[in-house]
This record gives sequence, structure tokens and C-alpha cells, in this order.
Amino acid sequence: MHAIEKILARAAGKATVATGEIINCKVDLAGINDLYLQTIRSFREMGGKKVNDPRKLVVFLDHYAPASTITQADNQKQFREFCWDQGIDLLMDVDTGVCHQVLADNGLVYPGMVLVVTDSHTTTHGAFGAFGTGVGATDLAIIMMTGQLWFRVPEVIRINLEGRLPKGVFAKDVILKVIGSLGADYGVYRAVEFTGPVLKEFGISERMALCNMTTEMGAKTAYIQPDEITMAFLKGKTKQDYEIFATDPGYEYAAEHSLDVSDLMPQVAAPHSVDNVFDITAYAGRPVDQAFLGTCTGGRVEDLAVAAGILKGRRVNPRTRFLVVPASKGVFLEAMDKGYIQALLEAGATFVTPGCAACLGTHQGMLASGETCITASSRNFPGRMGHTKAEIFVGSPAAVAAAALEGKIVNPADYLE
Amino acid sequence: MKSIISGKCFVYGANIDTDQIYPGRFLDLTDPDKVAEHAMEGADPSFVKEVGPGDIIVAAANFGCGSSREHAAVTLKTVGVGAILADSFGRIFYRNAINLGVPLLVCPGIAGVVKRGDRLTVDLTTGKVTNETTGAAAQAQALSGYVMEILAGGGIKPMIKEKYGQ
Ligand code: SF4
Repeated sequence: MHAIEKILARAAGKATVATGEIINCKVDLAGINDLYLQTIRSFREMGGKKVNDPRKLVVFLDHYAPASTITQADNQKQFREFCWDQGIDLLMDVDTGVCHQVLADNGLVYPGMVLVVTDSHTTTHGAFGAFGTGVGATDLAIIMMTGQLWFRVPEVIRINLEGRLPKGVFAKDVILKVIGSLGADYGVYRAVEFTGPVLKEFGISERMALCNMTTEMGAKTAYIQPDEITMAFLKGKTKQDYEIFATDPGYEYAAEHSLDVSDLMPQVAAPHSVDNVFDITAYAGRPVDQAFLGTCTGGRVEDLAVAAGILKGRRVNPRTRFLVVPASKGVFLEAMDKGYIQALLEAGATFVTPGCAACLGTHQGMLASGETCITASSRNFPGRMGHTKAEIFVGSPAAVAAAALEGKIVNPADYLE
Repeated sequence: MKSIISGKCFVYGANIDTDQIYPGRFLDLTDPDKVAEHAMEGADPSFVKEVGPGDIIVAAANFGCGSSREHAAVTLKTVGVGAILADSFGRIFYRNAINLGVPLLVCPGIAGVVKRGDRLTVDLTTGKVTNETTGAAAQAQALSGYVMEILAGGGIKPMIKEKYGQ
């Protein structure tokens, strides 16, 4: 069996599971975002009064942090009251940040767990060897009632990353290249595992970016076999005893792909789909109205560090707005400690409080018709960050910072030491 | 559950994501009737004016990819969409729509053989699709037993309510 299958088998209380089988799994932790008041509504519609286990639920007020409209404020109010009423202690209020980073910061994610969040990028937690997957509100409400949810055991695709990363090329470029080659629907219903020597060059931050973006190829979950890098990160963070599962030798993947990253250029996904991927030089010189650094994909300390390296002692182009959103309070504090925040602020960054911010196109940095944005986030769908006639390019944090500096898309490799 | 669905169809291309089905800026709405006012707004602003009960959406690959927002399924259910046929679906959207009792059928190539406004009939039990306007036929993949069970019960909420309601 694959490690993912072993995780699911344990959660289903079975010795073995087979690809395609529908199983009912116990969920170790279920998370709800503030976009999904429907979760509570569905819970009530299904006759729910008391949640199955309040210790296994976490509520994130991150997408609307802090509320910009009365409706948002009212939704968040209902969430808070629900938590207090149900004894849910893990209420991550508007000061904490984006759900996926908050989970990592607080040691709530660990190898071998089944983690379900009302957010498509829950694939992120494959970086820790967890089975993380996103669901909608009603599925989450079922977990609230029963502590369980049904899953179809997915086929697993293996993506082996070989070679040495050139200067200016990051995990984000690698995953954009993969999505561009395989397509936005290649991973639908399937799991994506990353293997290979390049993983040893990636810390947890880059592994999270890699797994996070498998959502953009439709994946149900992602996986990286936990190793000493994972364990070093978790040490002192998680209080859970965890079990690391390993894939049996001879397990047959549904498909295997190999990518040698040695000759890879920095990449960019051009409007309006994440699989519309090119070497960034194809768009060099394209003026940028907004450069956006942040989110669960590209708002970690390492991302702010790269940006600060490019912008320290320089000035953001006066025609470009440079929006920076640390993914979480933890990220913010650490980046402040290291001087990255001061460097970016002095260079002309506009800071937004930790949370999803402009990523989902509701507030804090919307785009006007005809504007161009380069973003370290995950999506460039029409209207994702404001007007449907705005154009969004998805790139690495380095590509975003370099574009902010020059006011146009450039090859970030030229701006790195 | 009605096992035969018949309606006029709306045809779209590949990768219609949930931001196009239901734009992010309206995610704070929760009342289904209010949510329904923005159905397909990002992809096709005229959809909401023209759609009627039982109408069918036809698309190429990966319909409903992107975010987990259940609003995308709620908005289409509330305007009365009878079924959605596509080459493939975003997996969270698939679960959300089935949970709400909206039949989703995988029917490769379907977007190539129907035009907007054609009348389609879909037999959910056999997967047979007939274009009443042109006489063309297509075959959708059969729905799994569990999915049929959910649809037959009018969505997953009544099922869970009966078993676990407090
Ligand atoms: S930062 Fe963006 S992609 Fe991540 S959870 Fe928030 S809205 Fe979704």
C-alpha cells in the first residue's frame, strides 16, 4: 500500500484499503473558514445540536480578517458565538492569519493525520506527511456531527524532482512548471506525491508551497514522505504522538513523472489559468500595477526574506503598488525580528494584516478593470482579485519583489545575490 | 429524485472555476436566494436571466475547479439547474453538488455536440443523453451506487439527519 492508503486505512479502522474503494474515515482535525457560515447552517439543517468532539474542530477567521462589511462582521460574530457555545477552544480569530499557516505555526498538523478543512488548499499539509483535503460546508458539517467523512481512496501520481535548482528558481517555479506540463485537471480525484533529491534542498516552507499548488492541478491531496527536515520542524511544535507511514516497496503508481530542475527558468502562469505557464522572460517588460506578496502559497518568512533581499535599500517603482501580507502572526513576528518587515516597509510596501487579503477578491487590494497584477498566491482565474478584466500573473515571491522594484515583469534571477 | 431530466442547455468551455460560477466578492452572502442572484456571473452574466428550472449546464473539462466554496453549488441548485454534464469536474465542487442533490454526470465530449439553447434529456439511471433539438445522442458514465443513494434521498442532509439528527 501507499503511505496515503495506510493513513486512510488507519482512520477507517481497516487493515487494508484499495484504490477506488469508498471508506468512512475518522477525521483527526476539521477546520472551518469564515467564508463558510453554511457549515453551521448545514449542521442545524441536519438536526445537529452538539458537535461530536469540540477538541477536533478549529475555526479560522482568516478570509475576512478583519471584517470589511457588516455582513462579514455578522458572519464572524455567529462563528465566535458558535465556538463559545459548543466549547470549541481552537478559535483562531482575526489576529492569527491564514488557516494553513496557522495550523503549521501551532503544531496542529503532524504526519499520518487526516485533516479536513473547508478550503481547497488543504493539500498543503502533504508537506508534513498528513492526509489533508478540502471539502465544502455540508461535508464539514457531517464531520461536526459524526466525526467522520467518506472518501474514495485515490490513485497516486508520483512526481520525481531531480537535478540542482538554478539561481532564482524556487519551489513555486517547479510546481508551476509541473502544472503547466500536466494541465489544470491532471490530478483531479488523485493524490500527488513528490519524491527525489530536490526535496532535500527544500525546507518546510517550500514543501508547503509545492503541496499547496497541487490543488491547481485538481489534486485531492499531496504527499511528501516525512524525513529529518519534517521532524526538525515539528520538534517542540506538536504535542501529538504521531506515526509515520511508509509506502511499501513495489507499490504501483497510477503514473510517474520526472522533472530535472537544473535548466529550469523562473516561471509564470499567465492569465487566465494556472496551467498557462511560460518562462518568465516571455513576459519581460510587461508593466505591473500591483505586486502581491502573501497568502498560504507565498507569504511565509522565507518568502519575505527573498523579497527583502531584493528590495532592501531600494525603492518600489512609483507606478506599482506593492502589497505585502505575512501569512500569519507567527510569520509576521519572525520576519520583524529578522528585519524583513522594516526593509520592505522602507522600500515602499503597503502592509495588510495577516489573512487571505486580496487573494480571494473581496477586499484589501482589489484590481480595477485593465490592471495587471503579479502575485505570489495560487490563482489567476478571471475576477479572482477583483475585476474580471484585470490580468493576473502567478509567480514566485522573488518574481513579485523584482517586479515591484522595476514596475514591470523581469527575470528575478538577475536580482538575487 | 426524478430520474429523467429535461431542459434547455447552456454550454461552456474548459476550466470554468468556482470564481466564475460564484465570484469571491459575494462570499459573505448566506441566504440561498441572494446567493442565486449571482449564478455564473463571472463566466456568463446573462445566464441568471435566461435559466429556468430543470435547465442543464454542459461544459468541457474541469467544471467547478478552484475553491471549496459551496456557494457555487448552492447558486446553481437554487436557480433550478437540473443536471450538469462535463468532461470532468473539480472534485470539491463534485462532492458539494451531489451533497445538495444536483446530479453531475461525466460525459466526455458532450460540449462539442450541443449548442446553447438545445433541449437535452438525461436519463440518470442509464446515463443516456439525448439532444432533442438535433437528435444526437451521447453516453454519460453511470453514477456510483453511493452517489445514486444520495441523489435518491434528495441530497445528503436528509440522510444524515435521519441517522444522526439530535
Ligand atoms: S490565502 Fe488565498 S488560497 Fe490561501 S486560503 Fe486564503 S484565499 Fe485561499
